[in-house]
Amino acid sequence: MTAAFDLALTPLREVNAALHADGLEGEILVQNPRGAHNVAVGLNAPVKVTIQGHCGYYAAAMSQQAEVTIEGNAGQGVAENMMSGVVHVTGNASQSAGATGRGGLLVIDGDAAARCGISLKGLDIVVGGSVGHMSAFMAQRGRLVVRGDAGDALGDSIYEARLYVRGSVSSLGADCVEKEMGPEHLEELTGLLKAAGYEDDDPASYKRYGSARTLYHFHADNTY
Amino acid sequence: MCGIVGLHLRNPELYPRLGELLTGMLCEMEDRGSDSAGIAVYGDPGWSPAGQSSISLIDLDVPAEEAARALSGALGTEVTATAVDNSVLAHGHVDAQALLAAAKALYPHVLVGGFGEDLAVLKGVGSPRVLAEAWGLERAQGWQGVGHTRMATESAVTPGGAHPYAVGPDQCLVHNGSFSNHATIRRDLRAAGVEFDSENDTEVGARFVAHELAEGADVETALTDLTTTFDGFYTLLVSNRDSFAVVRDAIACKPAVIAETDDWVAMASEFRALAHLPGIDQARIWEPEPEVIYAWTRSADREEVLV
Repeated sequence: MTAAFDLALTPLREVNAALHADGLEGEILVQNPRGAHNVAVGLNAPVKVTIQGHCGYYAAAMSQQAEVTIEGNAGQGVAENMMSGVVHVTGNASQSAGATGRGGLLVIDGDAAARCGISLKGLDIVVGGSVGHMSAFMAQRGRLVVRGDAGDALGDSIYEARLYVRGSVSSLGADCVEKEMGPEHLEELTGLLKAAGYEDDDPASYKRYGSARTLYHFHADNTY
Repeated sequence: MCGIVGLHLRNPELYPRLGELLTGMLCEMEDRGSDSAGIAVYGDPGWSPAGQSSISLIDLDVPAEEAARALSGALGTEVTATAVDNSVLAHGHVDAQALLAAAKALYPHVLVGGFGEDLAVLKGVGSPRVLAEAWGLERAQGWQGVGHTRMATESAVTPGGAHPYAVGPDQCLVHNGSFSNHATIRRDLRAAGVEFDSENDTEVGARFVAHELAEGADVETALTDLTTTFDGFYTLLVSNRDSFAVVRDAIACKPAVIAETDDWVAMASEFRALAHLPGIDQARIWEPEPEVIYAWTRSADREEVLV
């Protein structure tokens, strides 16, 4: 362990400043987050950060290069706009997990609430449990894998992101349709499950969803 | 924004710590709204003595002793009263509705914070931390408490615009969000004879629930009707002397987290308000689904989830 911080003793601002130091590397432990917002935001170094406990809003948001593990639940907007690296939540995530994420891998072992992967722009998200309503809303690029169920309006107004769901889907949003699972999709899904630590899942038990591409151009008679 | 907190205790050993735990929850939500705050406490032996009815009169321009004498005279039985910051808490061996009627007759323009057999409501303008200190909230006891930190959007920053809205006997409602069709519903309720204290949208929700309960509906039915009648964004915590319920709108953009142990059920806008509760590390913690009513009843003390 390179460094350890206790948020019960050290103010969050100091901890985040230390995490933004030039030339940061190694392993860092952050204890007692007690639901604080903005824990370990804006990381941009090849470090391993372990946060022991539940986090509030935007934990590990805007992360680059880093490998972050949140041992607990995460609040709204976990890993929002992450660029690269890995963020792993061992518990549940609140709304808008991985929102606008551009790259890297976000793994949530538990459930993710509403709007998981909203406006996704290249990030891969693997959810061990279920996702809430309007997940992958306006998702543009990237992949969302759901091992459980998806709530209402999955993939509403989706662009080119690809969605894989093993369980039931309450309803599909505007322009989101089920798509054929080709060999390249099985291969892609196998890789994502392996990367997230779920290699025992059978990729063939998943269904694929994506854009019907009927909203790409404005038509006065678009039904949506 | 606004912040909501609520704590329903199952283990009587924790009753003496209700105020202390609720203070921690309320103050942690100060960042979500610091223009005003309010609390409702069920079962404090000083604020709402057992076996008596109680009423909270906010910003009453009369000393507590004088209010007690006037209420005693009007009701023909002894009413005692104590001042707590800007409020007078009065109680006596009378029917709660009779106590309310007497207070309204004596002081027609007073803001009634709440009334009932077990309920005390305090609310005021200012920082939640300062208000909690002024109320002595840390010393409060009881089996259930609710709190609200307000960032005003829909009506004036006054005690009348502060939550909780405790407009029916032993009932209480706090809200984060806004109702967009409250003016229409207020008109309908006024036409049905319901009176209002403020222009606040949340008061319309509270009056709606109280109206339904008064007409014989149970809490679950009243809240289900609310979800189909009200437009807007809301996370609501609705409590009664024997119940504790949470509901969110269909979009569920306003935050809510529930935690449950064998000793208590707690709800807050954010997890950090729950982080100090005893046994939180072993609690079941989850985010309530949109338009699902989560309700606990004190008698059975079991969760009932109604879709």
